[in-house]
Amino acid sequence: METIVNAFPYLMEGLQVTLYIFAIAIVFGFLIGLVVALFRLAPLKILNWIAKIFVDAIRGTPFIVQLFFIYFGLNSLAFISLDNTTAGIVTVAINAGAYFSEIIRAGIQSIDKGQTEAARSLGLNSTQNMRYIILPQAFRRMLPTITNQAIISLKDTSLLSVIGVADLTQEGRIQASATFDAFNVYLILGIIYFVIIYLLSMLASFVERKFVLR
Amino acid sequence: MTMIRVENLKKSFGNLEVIKDMSTVVEEKEVICVIGPSGSGKSTFLRCLNRLEEITGGHVYIEGVDITDPKVDINKIRQDVGMVFQQFNLFPHKSVLENVILAPMKVKKSDRKASEKKAYELLDKVGLREKAKAYPGELSGGQKQRVAIARALAMDPKIMLFDEPTSALDPEMVGDVLDVMKQLAHEGMTMVVVTHEMGFAAEMGDRVLFIDGGYIVEENVPKELFGNPQHERTKAFLSKVL
Ligand SMILES: Nc1ncnc2c1ncn2[C@@H]1O[C@H](COP(=O)(O)OP(=O)(O)OP(=O)(O)O)[C@@H](O)[C@H]1O
Ligand SMILES: [Mg+2]
Repeated sequence: METIVNAFPYLMEGLQVTLYIFAIAIVFGFLIGLVVALFRLAPLKILNWIAKIFVDAIRGTPFIVQLFFIYFGLNSLAFISLDNTTAGIVTVAINAGAYFSEIIRAGIQSIDKGQTEAARSLGLNSTQNMRYIILPQAFRRMLPTITNQAIISLKDTSLLSVIGVADLTQEGRIQASATFDAFNVYLILGIIYFVIIYLLSMLASFVERKFVLR
Repeated sequence: MTMIRVENLKKSFGNLEVIKDMSTVVEEKEVICVIGPSGSGKSTFLRCLNRLEEITGGHVYIEGVDITDPKVDINKIRQDVGMVFQQFNLFPHKSVLENVILAPMKVKKSDRKASEKKAYELLDKVGLREKAKAYPGELSGGQKQRVAIARALAMDPKIMLFDEPTSALDPEMVGDVLDVMKQLAHEGMTMVVVTHEMGFAAEMGDRVLFIDGGYIVEENVPKELFGNPQHERTKAFLSKVL
């Protein structure tokens, strides 16, 4: 009990950092995913290739290696200097972006061709078709998979503790040694992650119910 | 005035030559019905008229503009050429009203009020004003198709293309849709209608095109084409469908 009382404020600070990193990374990750998906589906071969190489590179390497590459690798170049939090956000965003792009691509391709034909026959250009017809329908279908990936990315943020980011996991590690009560601290740490992820899923299914009815 | 001029149209999908050589002319206010066996290229022909299919060879002129010219603004041309599909292709995430006002608002930049007013008039015309707030998933096939017609008309097209608009409908729904199309024809809309409804073609068509083997085999007023077909293939086809 004492452990909990002592450690809890620090864990809450760590949680704030985790949520902050997650929120920024997931928004940028989504934008990256959208752009890469559109590249992947673009009529220009060169864009398809760029997108495919990017996705394969991210999917084919461990998250932690991507993190080290960006934090230690890129930082060793003279003209780049990233603090650990920024490097962490960038890595999570890029990593999530690659997976999001595959989800978004599949979502776009799952929409019946007739939708595009109807839109184009009305005079909509391809951008308007994407924006008003295809993406809104695709997103509804993609929501469950998007949520899944967001949860994975949230869990990935715990690896940022390795480069010293003061996130929830890092605070947990510090408190575990400070209180000499690793069992209870890590138990609480697990419960906090669980609750956050549970809330995230609840939010997602609420949004889904609201939109997917049609 | 000539609305559509097709000159030596060719269309292939890879090695499959679907349209070998077709030429025809559609004048203003004409209703042209296109008939032919399944797979003969009726849909492909129709879809070349608004370039939903990339044209392999020849020329298609819409109101004098050659749409095979790569420099042509095809989105502009398409505003004048409405299209109605066998599978309706309504936008399921949008209400009936939103389906109808979308293109006027986004493409023509009309304001919402004017677009809605027009949309309600069109929904009246197709007998579906009370469904304005419904979603496509809540409509019967016949209602969907009438919304699709209203949606196309909202752009004030000068030409309407119909690709078997009644083939996906239960028989009892076909009449409502055909009635709307007849009304449009009487109002002087220029129409090209791919159809299996020989009754409609006979009654409404100014001319009927019979397509087979990549060519327009025969083209005539319905009375002649149905009553006195000149070609063996037309005779064979008609003996099967009439
Ligand atoms: N996108 C495509 N890619 C490849 N082949 C196609 C494509 N679209 C149509 N075809 C082929 O072109 C031929 C003509 O098709 P089309 O749909 O124009 O025929 P149709 O006369 O409309 O037939 P139906 O009465 O069944 O609608 C068919 O052999 C079809 O398989
Ligand atoms: Mg067809």
